[in-house]
Amino acid sequence: MLVESLALSAVLFTIGVVGVLTRRNAIIIFMCVELMLNAVNLTFVALSKVYGATGQVFVVFTMTVAAAEAAVGLAIIIAIFRHQRTVNLSNINLLKG
Amino acid sequence: MNPALTPEGAHPLAATVARLVWMLPLLPLLGFLINGTLAMLGAAKVGPADPSADGHGHGHDDAHGHGAAHGHDAHGHDDHGHPPRHKFAGIVSLVGPGVLVAAFALALGCFFAMRSVEMEHPYLVTLFQWMPVGDLALDATFLLDPLSMVMVLVITGVGMLIHIFSVGYMQDDPGYPRYFAYLNLFVFFMLVLVLGGSYPLLFVGWEGVGLCSYLLIGFWFSEKANADAGKKAFIVNRIGDFGFLVAMFLMFANLGSLDIATVAEKAVELPMGGAIATAIALFLFLGCTGKSAQIPLYVWLPDAMAGPTPVSALIHAATMVTAGVYLVARSAAVFSMAPVAQLTVALVGALTAFFAATIGLKQWDIKKVLAYSTVSQLGYMFVGVGVGAYVAGVFHLVTHAFFKALLFLGSGSVIYVMHAAYHATHNHDDAQDMRNMGGLKSYMPVTFYLMWTATLAIAGIPLFSGFFSKDEILGSVFARIHHSTLAEATLLGIPGSTVLMIVYGLGLASALMTAIYMTRMMLYTFHGPNRTGEAERPHLKEAPWVMTGPLVVLGLLAAFGGWLNVPALLGAIGPVGGLEHWLEPVVGEAGLRTTLGAAPHLTHETEIVLVGIAIAIAVAGIAFAVMRLKPAALVPKKDSPASEGIDRVLENKYFVDEGYDAAFVQPTIGVSRIVLWKGIDAGIIDGLFVNGSALLARAFGWMGSQLQTGQVGTYAWVLLIGVITLLGAFTFR
Repeated sequence: MLVESLALSAVLFTIGVVGVLTRRNAIIIFMCVELMLNAVNLTFVALSKVYGATGQVFVVFTMTVAAAEAAVGLAIIIAIFRHQRTVNLSNINLLKG
Repeated sequence: MNPALTPEGAHPLAATVARLVWMLPLLPLLGFLINGTLAMLGAAKVGPADPSADGHGHGHDDAHGHGAAHGHDAHGHDDHGHPPRHKFAGIVSLVGPGVLVAAFALALGCFFAMRSVEMEHPYLVTLFQWMPVGDLALDATFLLDPLSMVMVLVITGVGMLIHIFSVGYMQDDPGYPRYFAYLNLFVFFMLVLVLGGSYPLLFVGWEGVGLCSYLLIGFWFSEKANADAGKKAFIVNRIGDFGFLVAMFLMFANLGSLDIATVAEKAVELPMGGAIATAIALFLFLGCTGKSAQIPLYVWLPDAMAGPTPVSALIHAATMVTAGVYLVARSAAVFSMAPVAQLTVALVGALTAFFAATIGLKQWDIKKVLAYSTVSQLGYMFVGVGVGAYVAGVFHLVTHAFFKALLFLGSGSVIYVMHAAYHATHNHDDAQDMRNMGGLKSYMPVTFYLMWTATLAIAGIPLFSGFFSKDEILGSVFARIHHSTLAEATLLGIPGSTVLMIVYGLGLASALMTAIYMTRMMLYTFHGPNRTGEAERPHLKEAPWVMTGPLVVLGLLAAFGGWLNVPALLGAIGPVGGLEHWLEPVVGEAGLRTTLGAAPHLTHETEIVLVGIAIAIAVAGIAFAVMRLKPAALVPKKDSPASEGIDRVLENKYFVDEGYDAAFVQPTIGVSRIVLWKGIDAGIIDGLFVNGSALLARAFGWMGSQLQTGQVGTYAWVLLIGVITLLGAFTFR
């Protein structure tokens, strides 16, 4: 059961990473980041069987932070959209040197 | 400044007035400070002290610039009246010559004190520790011995007369206090030069007089030609000073001292004719060729005539230009150990004497004639000190100071009067060109007779001062053709005795030409009809007494200065060998070394023949000039045709200036422009270093900026690669 959980977690995380790297839409990238967070949460939960309840405590923390992050992140994306009329990150390169 | 520091407390001179020798240079320095302050106070206000504000003052001498200087403003406003004198003129006229009178009085006091005591060693007065650095312990020490005494007397004595003359000559000049400040400063440095007890102190004076020379040549600097002449003198002298410096380095490296007395002691321990002594002597002589205007560095002296005429008399005839002769005499011990260097000195001196005399034959500017005459006579002095006849060289230095100062001041009177006449009639003609003079003897009889005295002296007519000194130099050369270190040495493969014969021949030829060109100058200036112009003639009159007075004194000295050192042959007319005896403690030993220990001896008959030749040459030269030259045939400068052939070559000074310009000046300018400016400065410094480093920084910056794409995706990729790299590093280490 542990092995399957960790494998699923790894798969989810990789999907998240690939999504972040390859997609251009800010919303999708944002969702992929959430996916990576939840993959990590799954790892914590799975390993708490072995190492005790600390992992589960961390999951609560992570979800709290993720909620806050989602609020801030979506707010930023809305601000970007208002400013640029797009959420396609290919068109957003204000930091270009 | 405390004479108690003097280690020679026991010296016999310490109890006499000579203990105040340190005051000698300080007096003119005081004069410089006072006059300089007054000059600055005067200059603070716009007005007469600004040379460009009033064109009147700087017209006395400028041969070329009358049109430019006078044409537009000077004549417009001064209505023939004297312009107002400088507001400090009174006090300056008192201080300027006054400090020289005091210094001369003190010098006389020192002289009589020296006569009254027996001196075994030179009198050294140490003022303070100057440069105690490692092995080098230099003190500011004044050295008073018979040689420096002679020089001090000449400088303060002739200097005093020239200062007094200047009161008249420069009276209307707007820069009057500045002029006396420079002149006083010059005397200060000149006294430091001759009293300096070590070569570096001597060098301080040497450079100082060069500075004052520069300042005074360019005194009327608003005229570009004058300022250029000053710069030329300064730059040419730098070449010579390089030689002096190298000589000092060599002395310190090989003899371990820069003290004049110690160097003299150690120099005689060097091998005779060795490389070290020869190198030191030759480099010292390079310094002398600059300061004393010898070939190849003589070119600055004729241009130096751009300065006021009393300056030409004091600096460029009587004192500063003789510093080289003094330096050789002062370093007699070194030179006596280097016969090759001595031969070089004598040969260069003889060539200069000859060369300059030929140019003097065809000059039209009265001061240029005297300038080339000075170069020529300096050559004679170097012949004297070169062959080891130091007394003869210094003797000629002294008599030359008398008669050449007289000639220059006399020409100053003439120019002053000519200029005043031209000024009164608003004529812009050249006040220095002899073609515009003529017949001045009836207008300026005092100047006329005095200048003839000096002319006879320089030509070598018996019983005038120049006869004794010139004859002694030529006799000394002749005496050393056999049986001397010089005769045994070889110069560039030519045996020394042959060189000396050439030197003697050149000396005789120069003597002949000296008589000719001086007579020519006198004939064209004072004899024949007057060519100044109808309107100007009523304005020609004798210069004021403040100018003729010093001339009279110099006239007496020029006539009777020869009594200082009467040869044995003419023992009937005065004490024999006064100067010889006086200088014996300083240069006697070195002189004897050249003549192999025995006093140079010529038989009575030989001496009579030599003197006869010298007299015959002088008389022949004067007679030739009187018979051949026709002052009546001359026409004023503006009507004279351009000369041709050899005359043209001589009038243009063999085109040496043009040659130097083509050989040194233009290549220097070319190299400076193409290599130094365009290549090094604009190319390497600006291009490579300044713009290159900027370009490099920009290139790195550009590379860095390319990493910042602004694309979040790229940053994420980089982040991922970084994470994997770190994880990999921690996992597989």
